[in-house]
Parts: sequence; C-alpha cells; structure tokens
Amino acid sequence: MSQKKHLHSVHAPHFKNTAKCATEVMDVPAVVKISMSQHIGAPCTPQVAKGDTVKVGQLIGASEAFVSAPIHSSVSGTVKAIETQRAGNGGAETLVVIETDGKQEVWEGVKAPEVNDFDGFVQAIKESGLVGLGGAAFPTHIKFNPKNKDDVHTLIVNAAECEPFITSDHRLMLEEADDLIDGMEILMKYIGLDHAYIGIEDNKMDAIEHLDAVIKERGLQDKMETFKLQARYPKGAERVLVYEITGKTMDAGVLPADLGIILSNVTTIAFVGKYFKTGMPLVSKRMTVDGDAVETPKNVIAPIGTSVHDVIQFCGGYKAEPKKILMGGPMMGKALYADDMPIVKNNNAILAFSSAKAILPEETACINCGRCVAVCPFNLMPVQLADAYDKRDAEQLEKLRVMQCMECGSCSFICPAHRPLGFINKLGKAVVKEAGNK
Amino acid sequence: MENKNEYKNLLVSSAPHIVTSIDTQKTMLLVLLALVPSFCVSIYVFGFSAILLTAVCVIASVFFEWAWNKLMKKEQTVGDLSAVLTGVLIAFNCPSELPLWIAVIGCFVAIIVVKQLYGGIGKNLVNPAITARIVLFISFATQMTTWPLPLQDQAADVTTGATPLGLLAEGGESLPSNLDLFLGFVGGSMGEVSALALLIGGAFLVWKKIISPIIPACFIGTVFLFALVYYAAAGVPEIATGYGVFDMALFHVLAGGVMLGAIFMATDYVTSPMLPLGKVIMGVGCGVITMLIRLFGAYPEGVSFSILIMNILVPLIDNFALKMEIKKQAKGGAK
Repeated sequence: MSQKKHLHSVHAPHFKNTAKCATEVMDVPAVVKISMSQHIGAPCTPQVAKGDTVKVGQLIGASEAFVSAPIHSSVSGTVKAIETQRAGNGGAETLVVIETDGKQEVWEGVKAPEVNDFDGFVQAIKESGLVGLGGAAFPTHIKFNPKNKDDVHTLIVNAAECEPFITSDHRLMLEEADDLIDGMEILMKYIGLDHAYIGIEDNKMDAIEHLDAVIKERGLQDKMETFKLQARYPKGAERVLVYEITGKTMDAGVLPADLGIILSNVTTIAFVGKYFKTGMPLVSKRMTVDGDAVETPKNVIAPIGTSVHDVIQFCGGYKAEPKKILMGGPMMGKALYADDMPIVKNNNAILAFSSAKAILPEETACINCGRCVAVCPFNLMPVQLADAYDKRDAEQLEKLRVMQCMECGSCSFICPAHRPLGFINKLGKAVVKEAGNK
Repeated sequence: MENKNEYKNLLVSSAPHIVTSIDTQKTMLLVLLALVPSFCVSIYVFGFSAILLTAVCVIASVFFEWAWNKLMKKEQTVGDLSAVLTGVLIAFNCPSELPLWIAVIGCFVAIIVVKQLYGGIGKNLVNPAITARIVLFISFATQMTTWPLPLQDQAADVTTGATPLGLLAEGGESLPSNLDLFLGFVGGSMGEVSALALLIGGAFLVWKKIISPIIPACFIGTVFLFALVYYAAAGVPEIATGYGVFDMALFHVLAGGVMLGAIFMATDYVTSPMLPLGKVIMGVGCGVITMLIRLFGAYPEGVSFSILIMNILVPLIDNFALKMEIKKQAKGGAK
C-alpha cells in the first residue's frame, strides 16, 4: 500500500553504500565502557562495583525512576572502574568500565520471559532494557503502555530509514524478518491492536518484497502489511510517518496513542520478537559504519559499550584522518568530540568524515528564495522564524509556530546560502520557553 | 590504513552535517543558462551588436561589483555570478545598438546604487537591472528608444523603426503578426523579442525548480485578461485591422517585455514575495500596472515600471501574506 498525498520533504542524497553488506558480528573488544545514560529520563545507578565479575546479560545499572530503562552487561569480564566522562551533549555521564575475558559467558538469569497478560508484557519489556532504537531512546515500556490503552488499534512500524548512509534497519529486515514479525504479533496480541503497517521507503524494494513474502508465508496478510513510502527525507519522522500512512495530522506534543496508534522503530520491535524467545536483554546493536574516512564501510553488530574507535578498527580503520564523527545519520546525528565514546543502545550508525566532507560551505547572504519554506513538512517559515529569533521576539516566534519544529534539518539542508535555519529554530524554541517562564 | 591513534579533537557542529549542492552560484548559473535561447535569437535578429552589448554589460557589472568589494574591503562576491546575471539582464533590456558608454552607466546604477549601497546581494529593495533600465530610459530617452530593426527587415537606408507597442501607441502602417512576435522577428530591446525563446528558458527554470511558475503565470494571465476585457469593451484599434479581440490580447502578451519581465525579472528572489499568496499579488499587480501604462499612460510600454512599483511594495505584500498564512495555520494545525 502507498499513499498519494504527502507532506513536504527534501531529496537528500541516499548514499546507501552498505545496503548489500550483510551484517558482521564484531569480536568482543578488550574493554567496554557502558554508559548509565542511554535513554531519555533518569540515568541508572551502577549495580556493580570495581572488581566484580559480570556475565553477558547481567544487570549492571538500574533506576527507581519511572522514566528510565535498566542497563545490562554486554560482555563477560571484570569491572575495572566506574568512571565519569563528559557526554556528547556537554553534561557528565557515568560509565561502567569492564575488562572482557573473551568467554562471553551468559548470565544464569537470562531466560525467555513468561508472559501471560498485558502487565506481564510491560514488565518483560521493562526488564529487557529496551528503548526506542530509532534514535530517541525513549524507554519502550512506557510507550507500549499508553494511558488510553483501550483506544489504540493500529501498529505502525517505522522502517523508513530516511537518513542518508544508514542501512542497519534495511539489513535487519532482510536478515531478521521473522523476529520482526514475531515482535509485531506479540505487540498486537498484548496491547490489543487490529492492524499493522510497516512503513518502508521505496529505495528498499527488496525489503518490502521480502517482508511481503514472509507475511504471506505466515498467513498474516489480514493483520499486517507493508506500506511503501517515497524515498525522501524526513519520511521516518514520527509525525510525518503518521500522516503518510493514516492521513492524520499530528501536532508537536501529541502522542501517536492519542490518534489510536502505537508507533515504534523496526529494530525495537524485532528486538521484542527476539527477546521473547531468548530473554537476552539489549546488549548489542547493529549499526552502519560508513563515511569517507572509513576504510571498509560495513554493517556491524557490536557489544554496547564498545568504543567508536574499536568499531572503526573492525572496519579496517581510518582511511583518512577523521575530522568529524557522527553517531547517527548526517541529517540529525550527533557529532562526537572524540572517538573513544562508547556505543549506546540507540546507535544505528557511526559515520566518520575527513575534512573534505566534514567542513561545510560557509554561510552566505539569504537571497530570499523561499526553499526553506517550501520543504518544511509542517509548513513552517524558517526565514521568518530566523528574523523573529534575531529580534528575540517570543510572541512572533510562537505565532510562527516554532514549537512545531521537529528539528529535522530539511531547511538547513536545502538553503543555498547554507544558513543553519534548523539550529536557529532550536534557539527560537528556547526563547519561547524562557518567555513562558517569566 | 591501520591507525591506532585515537582522535580527541573532532569537529562538533549542529545537524545537519550535509547540505544540498545547490548554492547561490549554481542558482544564478541555471538562470543564465535559461537565457541562452533568447540570447541566440537576439544574435540572429540583431547581429554582432547583441554580443557586444551583452559582453560590455557583463564585464562592467562584474567590474563594479569587484571594485566595490575591493574598495570597501568586503568579501569578494563576484563568484556568486549574480553580477553576471545583472549585466546580462541590463543588456537584454536595452536596444542592441545602444552606445556602450550609456550601457556602462546603467551597470553602475544597477550594481553600485541599487545593489551595493543597500548592502549587496539579498539586501537590495528593487531589481537592479529593471531600475538601471528605467534610469537610462529617462536619462537617455532618445538612445534608449532608437530601436534597430531586425537585420532581416533592414533596407539600405532604413535601419531603425518603432517597436510593435510603439506602433500600437503612436500609429503606423500595420502591426506585425503574432507569429513574428512569438518567434522574435521584430524590433525591441535585444533580449525581449522572442516569446518562444523566453518561454523555453522559463520552462527550464520551473522544471529545475529555480523559480515558481506563480508570478509569471499571474503576470502573463493578467495582461491577457486585461487586454481581452479592454478590447472587448473599447473595440480593436484601426491599426490592428483584421485582429480579433483575442488576437489583441495575445498581442499584448507577446509584444514588449512581458515575457522577459514576467519570467526573469519579476521572479528575482530578493525583490519578489516569498509566500505563494504574495507571489499571486505580485504577478497580478505587475500585469495590471503594465496594462494601465500601455493603454492609458504616456509610454507605449509599462513592464519595467510595473515591476519597479511592485518591487517597492514587496515588503508590504510579504507582511500581508505572512499575516494571512499565520491566520490560516492557526486554524489548520500542523499541516
């Protein structure tokens, strides 16, 4: 199925260089550093101390807070230290440093969960440490337990993967389709959903065909179907995807559940399928490693806590001196200040660029072309927003609906004068919030 | 490359980390490409003088831009090609045999007075090429209205003549056919003569998404409808014997600078409204003013004045369109 009416979008280059690269499982590195802040919400407190031995799947971080997700060891070995380091967002994060023994012994407590009802389902998801793997890292057990549980009826699987370079979701659909379908069935059964759509961009026809075949083979055509999306950015943004598939508009601040929808990333749901079979918590992650500074771009499954440096060494090392390393895609990914940062749960890509690609053209004068207005999925007017921000005019910013901006970066991408319009919107939101606090 | 070094000093910046390959320079280049068909017709119709005038205007405009930046110790912007485009458009808006020193004055007005004094690219209030044309038109009325005839129509002692709109306003033997106007075998400013060539360029720009078709469509549509209504009410003039009301409406669309103005001048990003509603107002306004001048004014042609006047109104139009859009969005929610 596909739809004719679309929100505005940009044609970002695809660069899906690794689409044909079957995923390789990385060797366990000598040391992993597992962050206690791998999700939105309260950070976890380490449950182990220096000198403790740990095994794969063992709980090492937990929090009493409602919005949080437990953290498990990805390796077997000995805790060397509990460290603090500067996080990518400027704050501090706690790391549990584990020296691995290479045996990868599985913790005795790892067993498939016994689930009989909805509460058991939510509990199992919580214990698995699952967070939104599409990028937001919101604890999944909260998302799968909406306040209006009786009103939700539709499952949307976000498999758009609209970020350039990234193919990890694409590979997952080809390599672990059964886990995905299992996960969907589990969600539909326990949350009580009638129908499911898997939204996939049409640059992944092999994934669409493969999933169609698996769904047919398992006789689930009446319950679930693939949904073909235009291969344009940002079709994988939650609010855009909901519109494309259901035709319903979704303002910022509205939850998919308010529209009767449970929406989750494809890798998140495939993990549910796998977890219910094995009971192994979220301890490793598939990611695309690419960029012009990487010798051999690959899709890799690495233990969580592996350093970016080690992952890139597994891919043949650096081909050129890296100037910029991204966690995530080039449109919304986060630039790292150092390559010893550890892999976290919601990592779906590591991209390393040499200075040739990392340094963007300099900003020039706005020529009033209006391309930014034409590409915004929510019809925001970035030029006017930037003017209002220059004047710190909170009222005008609000009138121009700055809070609706989801920071997809389409405006910054398309601007021929290379103005950082998306970033200005982010600052504009801060101006509005500040004015509201006064 | 096996490399054990760790990198602790990487570049951090806000997303996105890639940008489109379209920049100001490429935009200008595509507009220049879109002007090539018209340039070819100009050379065919007016000969070598078309090449010479264009070359002089381009060189002068680029020189003025370069010299200003140099003098003011500003970053050099000649690379963005906007001065080249301004030069070409000035040439296209003048008679091909215009004394070159006058053309250079036009370039000075466009680049220094209209563009740089207001802050350079993106900051000018009015279209530099259009304003230059009007300044020259008023200052050098004789030279700016000495229209060379197409080479094909010239006789030994007759090398100049009235433009089609001139004939309509001041009288003459007969109007040229609409087919000649469409193809460009008529007198006029060097780049405005062939509607066909300009339409090809316009289609190219719309296809490449450099311009939106709203302004040209509204401009041309308004001229057509205005003429249709006017001639239906007032009757077809004597000089146009054999023309129907529809032919006269078509004549107004094809004659003079409507095509050049609507496609290449009124659509200038900097001096035209950004939002669709604003573009509609711009196009319709240009069409109405053009026809008012042509039919009721002292000049036979009104395209450049109409664009200049609408340029001045753009901040007001933008403001109005923005308010309407805010109102609409306040009702409509996120979509």
